[in-house]
Amino acid sequence: MHGRDDEWTDLMRSANAGDGVAYHRLLKSVTPVLRAGARRGLARAGQPPDQAEDIVQDILLAVHLKRQTWDTEAPFAPWLFAIARNKLIDALRRRGRRIFVNIDDFAEVIPSEPPAETLPQAEIADHLAGLPPRQRDVLQSIAVQSESIKATASKLSMSEGAVRVALHRGLASLAAKLRRD
Amino acid sequence: MDTDRLIQALAADHEQRDRRVGTALATALLVALPVTAAMLLVTIGFRPDFMTAMRNPFFDTKFLVTLALAIPAIVISLHLSRPEATLGRWIWLLLLSPFILVAALIAEMMMPQRTPMMMRLMGRNSMLCLSAIPVLSLPILGAALYALRQGAPARPAVAGALAGLLSAGLAATLYAAHCVDDSPLFVATWYTLATALVTAVGALAGAKLLKY
Repeated sequence: MHGRDDEWTDLMRSANAGDGVAYHRLLKSVTPVLRAGARRGLARAGQPPDQAEDIVQDILLAVHLKRQTWDTEAPFAPWLFAIARNKLIDALRRRGRRIFVNIDDFAEVIPSEPPAETLPQAEIADHLAGLPPRQRDVLQSIAVQSESIKATASKLSMSEGAVRVALHRGLASLAAKLRRD
Repeated sequence: MDTDRLIQALAADHEQRDRRVGTALATALLVALPVTAAMLLVTIGFRPDFMTAMRNPFFDTKFLVTLALAIPAIVISLHLSRPEATLGRWIWLLLLSPFILVAALIAEMMMPQRTPMMMRLMGRNSMLCLSAIPVLSLPILGAALYALRQGAPARPAVAGALAGLLSAGLAATLYAAHCVDDSPLFVATWYTLATALVTAVGALAGAKLLKY
């Protein structure tokens, strides 16, 4: 455990110093842990575990957008898990409320068996469509088509700086949409 | 979008980092404080006998009380902007201002008084105090909340309440230069009420705005 935590802390320090590869490795390395945690949380709340991926993505976005609040002198794991816990509680609360509303609204048409869930399409994909066109195009290109910032810039005839700004704003708007959801 | 793709997008964005909360809050206060000061100066202004009043220790104590609230509140709001932070022992810092106020109250009680207690408590302009401090604190509260949005507080309402405390403390520091009521009894009553009002507004706004 300690080896893993120290590795994360080191990776995040390198990331802060501008090392993009370290940052990518860090996100890859925390994701399975976050996923397991989200599944466990959902299971304990009696929720289907197939929503875990949405929660994981929500956590990753928050980690990304709030990483300036990490104190470089402090270990990374407690900071990460604090965000993860916060997002999990949020998600459970949201789903809890939604289920309650459903029962209220559709009490008479609910069959005795719980309705089969439609397959979870990651929430983020739905929200992508609602973004301002520039942010959406940039995110589509970088996240969905795996293009680099450079390639995206030339494809959309934007400057690389503008792509960077649109990407960052797009990620922030996605996080805001997930929060409002 | 699958998670790997999202990670890829996040990693591509790794150079864009938001400002630290401390920087953001410092900037916000540097913008908002002059606004509040200007509001005070063009409306009610300083009290006419400001220079003589400075020789009255109870006049000076008002600034001490309000700053002893504002500064710890600033420190604690920065602390709480981290996701893993809890209030814990930091809350003791907030007792500094009430402590000074109580000491001033006792000091006043022990002095021979020309004005009766009830008059000292009601002062000359309690309603102005009760409305001016909240109004003056609005620009500061707005700016502070905006800055604290950079943070990731575990309890947004608590973080918002702290933003309320810091803005009420700073607004009250400025208002104290106008306020002609120097009795600690007056301060303990009306300044506290005004501060509670701003804190409640901060908590309500924070619950919405500081959620991350």
